Amino acid sequence: MEFNATLIGEMISFAILIWICVQFIWPHINKAIEERQLKIAEGLGAAERAHAELKDADAKVADEIRKARQQASEIIDKAQQQANQILDKARVDAVAEVDRQKAMAQDEIASMAQRAREELRERVGALAVQGASKIVQREIDPAAHKALLDQLAAEV
Amino acid sequence: MASEPGGFTEYIQHHLTFLKPHASPDGFWAVHLDSIGVSLVLGAIFCLWFWLKARKATAGVPSKGQAFVELVLEFVDGQVKDVFHGDRRILGPLALTVFVWVFLMNFMDLLPVDLIPWIASKFGLGHFRAVPTADLNMTFAMSITVLALMIFYSFKAKGFGGYMHELFTAPFGKHPVLWIPNFALNIVELLSKPVSLAMRLFGNMYAGELVFILIAGLFSAGGVALYSLGLIGYTVWGIFHILIISIQAFIFMVLTVVYIAMAHEHH
Repeated sequence: MEFNATLIGEMISFAILIWICVQFIWPHINKAIEERQLKIAEGLGAAERAHAELKDADAKVADEIRKARQQASEIIDKAQQQANQILDKARVDAVAEVDRQKAMAQDEIASMAQRAREELRERVGALAVQGASKIVQREIDPAAHKALLDQLAAEV
Repeated sequence: MASEPGGFTEYIQHHLTFLKPHASPDGFWAVHLDSIGVSLVLGAIFCLWFWLKARKATAGVPSKGQAFVELVLEFVDGQVKDVFHGDRRILGPLALTVFVWVFLMNFMDLLPVDLIPWIASKFGLGHFRAVPTADLNMTFAMSITVLALMIFYSFKAKGFGGYMHELFTAPFGKHPVLWIPNFALNIVELLSKPVSLAMRLFGNMYAGELVFILIAGLFSAGGVALYSLGLIGYTVWGIFHILIISIQAFIFMVLTVVYIAMAHEHH
């Protein structure tokens, strides 16, 4: 086998073939490769972003829960305060009512005692007159002795 | 000039002669050292190339080399997935090996037809055929391996009894009279697969190589016009051949997968 024009011709053709591959075939393969790289890079980027977003959302959720808890405890405090206030007011009211009732009862007792005393006085007066009239055995003029009787009654 | 020594006929004959061991140029041990050598080297290149890319593979944005290997892998895996609905852990790598290896061996056809023989002659090798797939021994070696896999997977998928039952009762029926015709037909069908697989690849590659050799004859035919015609013809056939080597590698891969997938199916 010798190096001759045949081999040179084949080499020239082969060079043209390589040039055609570089020019027309390789760009297609290269494009597919680059598209694949881009797609993977985009996918990874999207995953990264989603991860970061998830983290943000988690932090936000934790923050919201903390706030809600705080708010709830505030509401409970306020309610307790209000309940205490209501309780205090009820106690004060009750005491006042008791006092009022007591005063009313005392007034009534006083007025009833007064009335009973007056009634007693009148009855004692009448009895005294009756008794005196029986003792004296004669009719005493009630009108003439009224002042005397009243004085007697008042002394009883 | 056809019959004179050093003429065109001798040129063609020279190109179609395999490299054989000096000790046994004929007979059983006349192995084709060139086919075996080139196929082994190309197989090693394929394994090393893909192994290196797989070793350095990242889950992140791939390098261009990794992306290319991934594209090839995904293409082959997609083909296997379309045909075979089962565990692809063996069939996938098998298909990938068949596809890339056959493609690389076919690719030797695109190299200048005199280049490798010329380099080989510098090392004292009188004959050297660079395209292993233009060697019937090589294509049959692969297709008989596929046949062995087909038989192995038939047994594995159906069991000995099931496979025997299928060989004797399909496609005509169960009647004892039909056992022999069934079996004969199934054997013919089974054997026709590796034969067609090997002959198709060999035929295409051998014809392609022969056309290259014939066009190369124009270079030494004399005259600028014929030389230019040779340049044009060689280039055009080369461009066309890019398509052929890819399609033949693809067909060999797909048919291998189809045959082995068919071995899994129950009739």
